Amino acid sequence: MSDIVIAAENLSKSYLVGHQFARRERYTALRDVIAREIRTVARKTVDVIRGRQIVQGDEAEEFWALKDVSFEVQRGEAVGIIGRNGAGKSTLLKILSRITEPTEGRVRIRGRAASLLEVGTGFHPELTGRENIYLNGAILGMKRAEIIRKFDEIVAFAEVERFLDTPVKRYSSGMYVRLAFAVAAHLEPEILVVDEVLAVGDAEFQKKCLGKMSEVIGGGRTILFVSHNMAAIEALCPRCLYLASGALLEDSSSEAAIAAYLRLNRDSLRGVQSRPRVIQDGLLLKCTRLSTTALHSGEPLDVEFEFRADEPGQLRECAVLVYSAKGMRLAIVDLRECGVMPLRYGIGEFVIRMQITSLPLVEGDLMLGLYLVTNQFVGNLLDVAELTIVPSQSTARFIPYPADARGLLVLNATTSVVIGEPLAPA
Amino acid sequence: MPTVHTDLVEAANVIPMRDENQVLREDVFGHDYELIIEPGRAERHYWRDLWQYRELFQVLASRDISVRYKQTVIGAAWALIRPFLTMVVFTVVFGKLANLPSDGTAPYALMVFAGMLPWSFFAAAVADASNSLIGNANLISKVYFPRLIVPIAAVMVAFVDFLISFGILVALMIWYRFMPGWQILLLPVFAGIAFMASLGVGVWITALNVKYRDFRYVIPFIVQLGLYVSPVGFSSSIVPDQWRLVYSLNPMVGVIDGFRWCLLGGESQFYLPGFCLSLAVTGFFLWLGIRQFRKMERSFADLI
Repeated sequence: MSDIVIAAENLSKSYLVGHQFARRERYTALRDVIAREIRTVARKTVDVIRGRQIVQGDEAEEFWALKDVSFEVQRGEAVGIIGRNGAGKSTLLKILSRITEPTEGRVRIRGRAASLLEVGTGFHPELTGRENIYLNGAILGMKRAEIIRKFDEIVAFAEVERFLDTPVKRYSSGMYVRLAFAVAAHLEPEILVVDEVLAVGDAEFQKKCLGKMSEVIGGGRTILFVSHNMAAIEALCPRCLYLASGALLEDSSSEAAIAAYLRLNRDSLRGVQSRPRVIQDGLLLKCTRLSTTALHSGEPLDVEFEFRADEPGQLRECAVLVYSAKGMRLAIVDLRECGVMPLRYGIGEFVIRMQITSLPLVEGDLMLGLYLVTNQFVGNLLDVAELTIVPSQSTARFIPYPADARGLLVLNATTSVVIGEPLAPA
Repeated sequence: MPTVHTDLVEAANVIPMRDENQVLREDVFGHDYELIIEPGRAERHYWRDLWQYRELFQVLASRDISVRYKQTVIGAAWALIRPFLTMVVFTVVFGKLANLPSDGTAPYALMVFAGMLPWSFFAAAVADASNSLIGNANLISKVYFPRLIVPIAAVMVAFVDFLISFGILVALMIWYRFMPGWQILLLPVFAGIAFMASLGVGVWITALNVKYRDFRYVIPFIVQLGLYVSPVGFSSSIVPDQWRLVYSLNPMVGVIDGFRWCLLGGESQFYLPGFCLSLAVTGFFLWLGIRQFRKMERSFADLI
């Protein structure tokens, strides 16, 4: 008999997403509002009668989060899954772990599968650490006998012996996460589906988690592992699936898949144009162009902002904002320092072009925004462009710490070790 | 099935696991556990799965019970105080002010309480169950388990409160020096019916509530209204005879009458056709609820 434990055939998953019609009219009459509301209620009622899902917004659109994905996994394989945010990685994991069903296609799974999409699922803040271990274990599918057997091991791994009978709401966040991961790490299914759960805790604990992970893989269990940490994937999984916009682009060795991921991110997205944004009457940010949307830390970035003015005016101040996907501002480029402000413009188009010579940032998603002051407008235009700092291909033989353990900046440093010599007086 | 066995031996070779685990796994999933995930496919092993997850069910129920009265001063006494006060008010309003007749010679307070026990269980169970899935949204969207466990656990929690408030009934009986007849032996049967009625309605509304949140506003209303529509504060014998059968369409009528018959002994008349009708309605709701739930179950994670 073949040793295939997971066989996915043409997996597809669609969601309904609602759209709001753009509200063009500046003044809305109550009559229009009422008419619109009545239409919405009527549509929803029809939906309910037909047993369909209610979608907020004026019209519903089908969105394919996953499209025709097929692959097979052999027993004992460790397979990484990579892709940008929204590529369908989590949807795939959710289907594999039976949380949601596919719209089309099918999967056959042989063996006991467990999924770990989040650590601490079902933890209750009022319950003690001890109670939560049992609760979380049961939720993850462990038998009571199994939990009892591994209880001491879990507690030791989490390093929370002293606080076992304290409600977890009094735990520090580090302790909480450690306990949560410890329970999950002692799950022993034949097939393990893991989302980005290693990115927890302090650096010391991270190392422990990665160690546990490779131990699990070494133990011969089948593992599907989603991560943004390319280096970890490369080190842990020999094989890798690369998803983009719901489709499986590459199913090959991790090395090749990661290379494809980096290459495609750089090529296909080059010169991506964003939607036009109205700044004020008669002034429009037509588009934002980036030389690349995926770059390595420390590489230069060219940015162009193209404006269209229907009436003359002046830009009094302008600054480019760089912030993380989570909204933390990392840096700004103040154009007043570049001597181009204030900028008078006439009717027509004009372009502000700039080069950031180096972005020495730790990998992750970045957003660009603009801070603008005109005669009528003061404020931020957020999310005008997004880009990703991708990890450098690892040349080292160690797994780098996950991105969020490494702070924001990449510092250049030289180190040397002096052994056996007395320190020279400064 | 020899092929399956060789396969298992292979598996055991590839996966070095402790023997006890191996035994455990076989015990859990049998030998040839293969899972097929397909759109619209009914789970073949649904009921077996549900049974396998019985520990989770236990854990969820005990979590809710132990969390229920944390950080309260009088704790589980709340399960006693609320029904007791309601009983006092009902006895005064219906028994004294409205001067409604009791069942036979049974004290009015006792009759009210015998009806209130199943009713407050039903009300709490339906209300808790219908919110249970939404309250556990983080579980639903992150882990798989048969979702039916969640509302059943909620009904179970309400059942514990029900058992606690039984204490009041015993105290009342001692106070009135009322000796129940042999009928009390059948009480577990009626408690079981009350459980099924709560589960049926609860599960049905739970499933709908996930998809259409309108039910969140409907439930408190139903529960409030039901208190007066069901024979809680009064005896169902005051309902005119020609309406008695129609009245029994309310599944709680049969349950409450059954409780009174058991607890008050011969004092309460047992109306058999009505009881059968209530039973049938209960069965129908149970069937409808579970069917609806299973139909919608697989899309819960997308809707919640």
